[in-house]
Amino acid sequence: MSLDDWILALHVLSAFAFVAGTVLFWVLIVAVRRTDSPEGTIRMGPVVAVGNTATGIGMGGTIVFGIWLAIALDEYRLWDGWVIAALALWVIAAATGQRTGAAYMRGMTKAEELRSAGQTGSSTELLSLNRTQTGVVMHALTSLVVLLILVDMIWKPGA
Amino acid sequence: MTVVVAAIRPDDQSLALFVHVLGAMILVGGLLTGASALAFARGEVRSLRLGYWSLLAVALPGFLVMRIGAQWIYSEQGWEDVPEEPAWLGIGWITADLGGLLLLVSLIAGGVGVYRLRAGKGGVLLRITLAIAIVLLAAYVVAAWAMSGKPS
Repeated sequence: MSLDDWILALHVLSAFAFVAGTVLFWVLIVAVRRTDSPEGTIRMGPVVAVGNTATGIGMGGTIVFGIWLAIALDEYRLWDGWVIAALALWVIAAATGQRTGAAYMRGMTKAEELRSAGQTGSSTELLSLNRTQTGVVMHALTSLVVLLILVDMIWKPGA
Repeated sequence: MTVVVAAIRPDDQSLALFVHVLGAMILVGGLLTGASALAFARGEVRSLRLGYWSLLAVALPGFLVMRIGAQWIYSEQGWEDVPEEPAWLGIGWITADLGGLLLLVSLIAGGVGVYRLRAGKGGVLLRITLAIAIVLLAAYVVAAWAMSGKPS
């Protein structure tokens, strides 16, 4: 395998991590909708951390190795339409993903406050925060953008 | 070489590749979620169920889509007419088919484990499910590396 083959493999593995993180957060979004206790919410923390790590590695890897490939390979240019589209979609995914995280962190923060105050039972306010519509919409947008990036990467329109 | 092939790939093959890759990504996502939820459950029933259902409702459909896409692109690219398949293709087949079998075993073990949770049992079976999910996750990372880097 050449260096470019390795970079391509790392780029694809990063994309897998990115999508895996997105899938993981869908499962958590569904699970947290029925969670109204501080303990139940906080218990999801380690799985959230796994999702954040996968997404972070995935986003970082796709952009770094992707730009590397666009510069290193003769077939492609950084200013090719499909490459620019991918970069723009990546920025949108980063923005919507950040807003998804912020929306769901409000529930996690509330759960920690309730636990610190000694409240361990059900909380309608916590349930409401865990069922954030903004979070669902932002994650749906992120998923759509990620799907568009995958379509762009495979069809490479204009290449 | 890989990238040149990708650049001249006909559009009908691109659809098959899209189905294959999307299925594989969902499969890996389901395995990551299932393994994480099972690993951090610490005996808590809801987390154990979440882990199991992630494997059943996400990883299994992802596997089926990935496998259908694999057969589709294999046929589109005419690999059945090639006498000696490259190593990366062999790695792909082994991880797909053996991995599918292992996924099935993990789902059966996990299903029995989740059922037995009602009686306060099933922990051992769910640990087996977790172990298989971690092995599968590692195997599919190797497969994704082989399929994309295409080592000779």
